Amino acid sequence: MKNLDSVFGAYIVGWGVFFVFYLTIAKRTANLRAELDRLKNSLPRAK
Amino acid sequence: MTKRIILGTVAILLVIAAAYAAFFIAPQERTMGLIQRIFYFHAATAWAGEMTFFVCFLANLLYVWKRQPQYDWLGVSSAEVGLACITVVLITGPIWAHPVWGIWWTWDARLTSTFVLWLLYVSYLLLRTLVEEPDRRALLSALFGIFAFLDVPLVFFSIRWWRTQHPQPVIMGGSGSGLDPTMSKVFFFSVLAMHVLAAFLIVERYVLEKMKSELDFLAREVEAQ
Repeated sequence: MKNLDSVFGAYIVGWGVFFVFYLTIAKRTANLRAELDRLKNSLPRAK
Repeated sequence: MTKRIILGTVAILLVIAAAYAAFFIAPQERTMGLIQRIFYFHAATAWAGEMTFFVCFLANLLYVWKRQPQYDWLGVSSAEVGLACITVVLITGPIWAHPVWGIWWTWDARLTSTFVLWLLYVSYLLLRTLVEEPDRRALLSALFGIFAFLDVPLVFFSIRWWRTQHPQPVIMGGSGSGLDPTMSKVFFFSVLAMHVLAAFLIVERYVLEKMKSELDFLAREVEAQ
């Protein structure tokens, strides 16, 4: 089982990059959604 | 929302199945042994990355032609996903290279052009942070994106045009190249899995960009009142 650690390492790091990338998208989306809701609520008050 | 959840679930299941196939179905390669199994992830991710940059290129062309913000959203979304793919390629490549070549990295045509590709799309995203006016930002980044894409065919053909440390192509490499039929099936299944994952990430990133645009619009309305 020579190089098993390298093979696992490559797959884990690769999936990790995609996972972290997805998390950043999800976090940015959640922040934007909260900001959008806040603005939408402030619009009727302004009227 | 439901369609996005279904696409995400399918992408995850396909990626897990592709990894299973790479480890347990593909036969052991004779000279490199176990380490060659990185190929199914490394090369499939590279193909998905290049396809993603092609989508970015088309979106950039369409933006320059039609000036509709949807194409700008698609351009930046696919550029970010492509950059994630090429980052994975640049990490998994050296992990594979070290036990086989005895070195982590060499400045041959394939590796250098791939690194330049990564730098070009980092620059594309940086450029977008430097321009505040949305239409100007979209146009400048679309023009830069069209220029950046010129490196993609260079990456693809580098191992066909020049002698490189990177192996010669085993897929579409002409006579004398080729893969064992089972290896080939596992590889193309991995390519499919990585393309579905890339499509899912592009959709998620596109939704984010669309929301940004809505937020800008609402912010202007609130300011106007």
